[in-house]
Amino acid sequence: MIRREGIINTLIFLSLPAVAGAALLLDEPFTITLATRAAILALAAVGLNLALGLGGLVSLGHAAFFGIGGYAMGILASHAQSYVPLIDTWIVIEGTKSMPVIWLVAVIASAFAALAIGALSLRTSGVYFIMITLAFGQMFYYFAISWPAYGGEDGLSIYVRNDFPGLNTLVPIQFFGLVFTILALVLWAMGRLAASPFGLALNAARQNAERVETVGLTPFRLRLVAFVISGAITGLAGALFADLNRFVSPSMFSWQMSGEFIVFIVLGGIGRLFGPVAGACLFVVLEHMLSGVSEFWLIYVGAILLLVVLFARGGLIGTLAGRAVAHD
Amino acid sequence: MTLLRMENVQASYGQTQALFGVDLQVGEGEVLALMGRNGMGKSSTVKVMCRLLKHASGQVQFAGMDLGGMPPHVAARAGLGLVPEGRRCFPNLTVYENLIAAARAGVWSFAAVTELFPRLAERRDQMASSLSGGEQQMLAIGRALMTNPRLLILDEATEGLAPVVRQEIWAALARLKAETGLALIVVDKSLAELSRVSDRAVILERGKSVWTGTMDVLNAEVADRYLGV
Repeated sequence: MIRREGIINTLIFLSLPAVAGAALLLDEPFTITLATRAAILALAAVGLNLALGLGGLVSLGHAAFFGIGGYAMGILASHAQSYVPLIDTWIVIEGTKSMPVIWLVAVIASAFAALAIGALSLRTSGVYFIMITLAFGQMFYYFAISWPAYGGEDGLSIYVRNDFPGLNTLVPIQFFGLVFTILALVLWAMGRLAASPFGLALNAARQNAERVETVGLTPFRLRLVAFVISGAITGLAGALFADLNRFVSPSMFSWQMSGEFIVFIVLGGIGRLFGPVAGACLFVVLEHMLSGVSEFWLIYVGAILLLVVLFARGGLIGTLAGRAVAHD
Repeated sequence: MTLLRMENVQASYGQTQALFGVDLQVGEGEVLALMGRNGMGKSSTVKVMCRLLKHASGQVQFAGMDLGGMPPHVAARAGLGLVPEGRRCFPNLTVYENLIAAARAGVWSFAAVTELFPRLAERRDQMASSLSGGEQQMLAIGRALMTNPRLLILDEATEGLAPVVRQEIWAALARLKAETGLALIVVDKSLAELSRVSDRAVILERGKSVWTGTMDVLNAEVADRYLGV
């Protein structure tokens, strides 16, 4: 069964470059952009899956980190675009159009935000944890709306895509390749993390926190570290998402965005390494196909989600692999 | 040298008092049997030792440290290993993962645990939830050993296990005593087996320690009065 799940994972993962490659041959750049969008959303959900799937932390505020990553990109790139330094006091900090620098800032900023939010929210559990993370996410959302320096409610447009050494990132397939490589690296790292003593202890803490304490581990610390790594990955996805759209807006912080990440994970399979990838791909395909059928396309997605929750508890991957319980 | 000492320990679950004055001590390399009928406070005493239940009064000291106010994970790191009642392995982890999730450096490693319980090596990649009760108990003991404790506490060591599996567990405990000199506190109902493995016994009655002594003086009259056997 594990072998079958491995084959399914590989097929789902390779479907992304297969679609992008086919679109390149057929000269369909929009489809490449769709595949890139799916890969970025998958990356965001892979981040959340560490907290939600492995740690059992149902965070309804992960859009906060997605938005922080997005605004890290927007703020740095807009200053580079306007040639106005970001900070111009006794120390001068310029904006930048360099993707690696933007990613680093996005990861560090979202990690610090996750540390602060996690340190407070992880003192609660269950529905209180869901509510407190939701509240933090909404705080960021309303802050972004009322921040006129960076577009307020209208958001912030960036005219040119940021640079990555050796690539022309405006060419869709090159940008896709970059995003896909990051997704592959993060998935590899997540796989290693889940199998490490830290990942196992986090998994164990989800199953029985008291028992974990009696073997000398602290569930709070395990969960906080997981929450910070999780937030940092979602932040990185936010920076890439903003770069894909060349636009950031407060909607990146919205609770609907957090909800979508959870939907990706549930659709694909909670706690499965490739679950978020399957879920995000399925969601983007449904979004693309169903939005042409009806403007109320989310109703159909809702119905599918309902069916998955009721009849396919292991999500898409669990159903295909014939195993409801995840074990990556 | 005394490793764990409890003096006049009283503890409650909310308004309900469970322990009314427990005194016991266990020394390095010693095996202590903690006995008593159902509901007499054995598991509550174990919980106080492992800090899963805070005592309201009295003294609990481990290796010279006062355990009052110490959270369970710090007590575990100080060297208190627990094999809980009902085993409680992590069901969604494999045997190997259950063992390494809690591992700390020391003499106990995966190889050493599977040398004690060869069946765990055979089941290495099997989910804990798919193991038999006896194998789960071996895994729970192995998991506690992987933390390299100074004192191993087994709550209901062989409860609900088949006779043949019980013998394996008792044989393993006897080996632990003979070969490693690890201090043990064993809670169980089998007087015959406890007599073979333990050096001393403490009997609890209604949340109080009412009898303490070596196993050779635990005669039929004491057993009949406090244990109903």
